Amino acid sequence: MTNTLHRYSEHYALERPANPAPVCNDFIVFAMASRGINDDGLVEKYRAFLRLALKHHPVNIGDAAKGGMLRPRQDLNPTAHWRRDYQSNPEDVIAGIEGHTTAAAVFDNYQNMKAFVDDVRNANLGISVNISAPIEDAERCCRETGITRHSVEYSLGFCGRVDKLPDATVLELTTMCGHGMISAHFAKKMIDWVKENRRSPAAVACTMARFCSCGVFNLSRAESILNEARMKNR
Amino acid sequence: MKIDPDKCVACGNCLPVCPMGAIYIEPSTSRARINADECVECFTCYRGMSKEHLNPMFVRAIRKTAQFFRFRFDPEPDICPTDAIIPEELTWPRVVRRAFSDPQVPHESTGIHGRGTAEVKTNDVTNRVKVGDAGFVVEFGRPGVGARFRDIERVTRALAELGVEFESNNPVTSLMTDSARGLIRPEILDEKILSAIVEIKTQLAEVPSVLRKIRELSREVETVISVGVSTRCGGGDEEPLREILEREGYPTYRGKTNLGLGRVTIQSQNAE
Repeated sequence: MTNTLHRYSEHYALERPANPAPVCNDFIVFAMASRGINDDGLVEKYRAFLRLALKHHPVNIGDAAKGGMLRPRQDLNPTAHWRRDYQSNPEDVIAGIEGHTTAAAVFDNYQNMKAFVDDVRNANLGISVNISAPIEDAERCCRETGITRHSVEYSLGFCGRVDKLPDATVLELTTMCGHGMISAHFAKKMIDWVKENRRSPAAVACTMARFCSCGVFNLSRAESILNEARMKNR
Repeated sequence: MKIDPDKCVACGNCLPVCPMGAIYIEPSTSRARINADECVECFTCYRGMSKEHLNPMFVRAIRKTAQFFRFRFDPEPDICPTDAIIPEELTWPRVVRRAFSDPQVPHESTGIHGRGTAEVKTNDVTNRVKVGDAGFVVEFGRPGVGARFRDIERVTRALAELGVEFESNNPVTSLMTDSARGLIRPEILDEKILSAIVEIKTQLAEVPSVLRKIRELSREVETVISVGVSTRCGGGDEEPLREILEREGYPTYRGKTNLGLGRVTIQSQNAE
């Protein structure tokens, strides 16, 4: 499972710019229990992890088995086309955890992520916790919270038939659902809708987030990418 | 996956939603249809779209009226109004498509959701990748391109010749007939999937040669490959992998960091 590893930014462009802008709004912290090792009381451990996250204003939380804060609905009626409900209920995500999964919290700033990591360390849940973010930010967070890193995994980007990949803006959006559930065609359509002012970037971000089946889609980053795309020919 | 022609109203909402672009409107019937060879059974159309359960005749009548008057209706883009998308029962070998494409289906071989193992995410309790080891996750088909097992086997065969060790609990390894030679079951070679992860382990010193080999092999396949490499940090938080990767010219901006907060709680309870 590498669903948060290969989130695209200019740092992974085929022709890398000399000084790509740092990604300052995308930090994921996730927890995972291992079968037969530390999965006793795992539901409560995951719930405690996500409840701690809620104190630090995550932009999304998720249960890899069921989805994030925004999910598709099976019971819509035609009024949805005029009054779509964009409200999310993180408590539903927490209550819905039933067993083995990966619980994730997504933050749009370093300080909130760091404060959460500090809380998780103090909570001593006993399950594995990882930060998926720019490596230097994760390293800094560990230093500042007194944690010694155990292992690291680097994303080295893409190779092969890269000519089949969509453009950079689409990749930035679609790779925020690492399982590939957000289609590049759909992302293109949504960018066009934002450009045509048919939907706001915030509404489009919510629409895309519903397809992410593990809840690691960063709504805040998506909104800023869409805002930027509105004015550019990228 | 299939689309029920009696229910479909050809609204076109499901077309862009498909990560493989496998859905199209059939001109002869004016109904959406799925190209079964390109469909990877990811269930994105079925599960990702919200539903209204409306009567198809009612929706067609409204659409025809709106079309006649050239009204532009701006419907929500992620709704199937008539619940026309229907999952089919999958049999071998097509069932592997869903196993490698729908992240909400746990693999029988790993018991976890997703297309690989827990790799370094639980390394603090499994110690799978040790100090001096390098763990590779070589993912085929992502983002959004898809891959056939024939391409994956081309790479696993070449990697096997290098003498690498395939992760035994990995779903792709579980489909190999001969992991020493990197051979995958022949009946699934033409199956298309959204993505699959091959996991191998080597020593850190072998990282440059393995990466060069992967890059070389990537030119022979019809898909994209994304690569991740991991290692365990030594005492004092140090790890030599980043320097190796940067020396070889690879970007190392983003990654995952295992914080080492996991503990073996079940064993310690038993000991007590």
